[in-house]
Amino acid sequence: MGRVEGKVAFITGAARGQGRSHAVRLAQEGADIIAVDLCGALPGVAYPSATEEDLAQTVKEVEALDRRIIATKADVRDRGAMQRAIDAGVAELGRLDIVVANAGICIMKPWDEITPQIWDDTVGTNLTGVWNTVQLTAPHLVKGGGGSIILTSSAAGLKGLPFLTPYVAAKHGVVGIMRAFATELAESNIRVNSVHPTGVDTAMASGDGMAAMGGMLEAHPRLGAMMTNLLPVDITQPVDISNAVLFLASDESRYVTSLAMAVDAGNTQY
Amino acid sequence: MGRVEGKVAFITGAARGQGRSHALRLAQEGADIIAVDLCGQVNSVRYPLATPEDLAQTVKDVEALDRRIVAVEADVRDFGALKAAVEDGVAQLGRLDIVSANAGIAGFGSAEELTDEEWGDMLDINLTGVWHTAKAAIPHLRAGGNGGSIILTSSTAGLMGMENLAHYIAAKHGVVGLMRALALELAPDMIRVNSVHPTSVDTDMIHNSATYKLFAPDIENPTREQIGERFQALNALPIKWVDAVDISNAVLFLASDEARYITGVTLPVDAGSTTK
Repeated sequence: MGRVEGKVAFITGAARGQGRSHAVRLAQEGADIIAVDLCGALPGVAYPSATEEDLAQTVKEVEALDRRIIATKADVRDRGAMQRAIDAGVAELGRLDIVVANAGICIMKPWDEITPQIWDDTVGTNLTGVWNTVQLTAPHLVKGGGGSIILTSSAAGLKGLPFLTPYVAAKHGVVGIMRAFATELAESNIRVNSVHPTGVDTAMASGDGMAAMGGMLEAHPRLGAMMTNLLPVDITQPVDISNAVLFLASDESRYVTSLAMAVDAGNTQY
Repeated sequence: MGRVEGKVAFITGAARGQGRSHALRLAQEGADIIAVDLCGQVNSVRYPLATPEDLAQTVKDVEALDRRIVAVEADVRDFGALKAAVEDGVAQLGRLDIVSANAGIAGFGSAEELTDEEWGDMLDINLTGVWHTAKAAIPHLRAGGNGGSIILTSSTAGLMGMENLAHYIAAKHGVVGLMRALALELAPDMIRVNSVHPTSVDTDMIHNSATYKLFAPDIENPTREQIGERFQALNALPIKWVDAVDISNAVLFLASDEARYITGVTLPVDAGSTTK
């Protein structure tokens, strides 16, 4: 008997990286999946963006576990598209229990090089996109009599990190969304928590943006220590975040709500 | 394959309640157990504490799961006794991976009326006892070379103030400080340190006349139902109290390799009580 057997999970940003890992981990433990992903690039993102082939690979991996998955190309900023993907998925799979608001982008630039477009795209995807996800899925959870919502924030949602102004602002905002919804949805037996990864070994942590960080830190050497993990590990794996998501999604945590859970190798404690 | 298969866990206050539940949950997932409990009364505590029979029941329950258990009567205030218990357990079971510092007492009284004895017992057991537990275990975790996971049982009272619990609040807040300090010092050895923060748990610690009197001074002999309404007012989720196994599931997660990169976290299992 899987730890989330018979449940249905809606996951954004599910084409690859942490999102795919969440889909696979929850499916391993018995859940069916509703997956969305932009499957496209946003301007200024300096690492390769997810593609439709990536989303197809997630479908393949979930189906290989003998679980069902409904995957849709959708932008978390587009409420109409999100509504359709959610409603179609719930209609097809029959229920909704778990929501993982995972989609996000990360653009690394010094504060004076952040453009209004970078600000709007980051806040639109990483903050408004999370609000869209929660507000549009919550009615299904209320109707079902309860559920678990997990928002992917970041160590940068608990402390400042350099060269990430809109990202830090949006990820702090995610904690606010989490706490606000936790209060209003508690009476419906819906739990809302956030997870806060440190660096995770995915495409987001690759590419020109990450390479440019070296130069930025060289120019501002005192800030380098802020990236340090307390535990002697350089980078965590997507499954480490998925295991926290699984715990929060399962009935094992049925009385855990409004928790900002760091999965950060102690980064925020250093 | 259990989620903590082949590991050994040291648990204080393991005779009953949350401690026994942790022992069973970890054993269900493949761990062997080193269990200690005072198995006796503390003068300033106004509800019955665990007995040797309770600890014997924990042994029986763990052995029924085909896991090994070394159980010792020991007081967390007595570092020498704890140290000997852990050494004995590790000698018999071969290793140490997980520490659950769970032993604790509850008491009530306004800050100005607490006696020196009440204050002293509370701090000695609920704070110094936790430090003793970690201090006795750390050399064995380090010696194993496999890292480890230490879970300290704090409380919602370790994250927020409440009335008539000044000594308990002070001790449980202190546990958070201890957790953070240990997390820093032990990280180089991949030993993780986290705390759990339960709201009211359905155990003997809340179901006793002293606690009932505090929560329902206006009712002569409150029933479980009546007292439940008072407890439910503490929580955001519409429940009265949580079960011991709910804390055990959090302890299990933190103890397992699923949480291998989680350290320094205060994990509430509180039905939203600290958000209210």
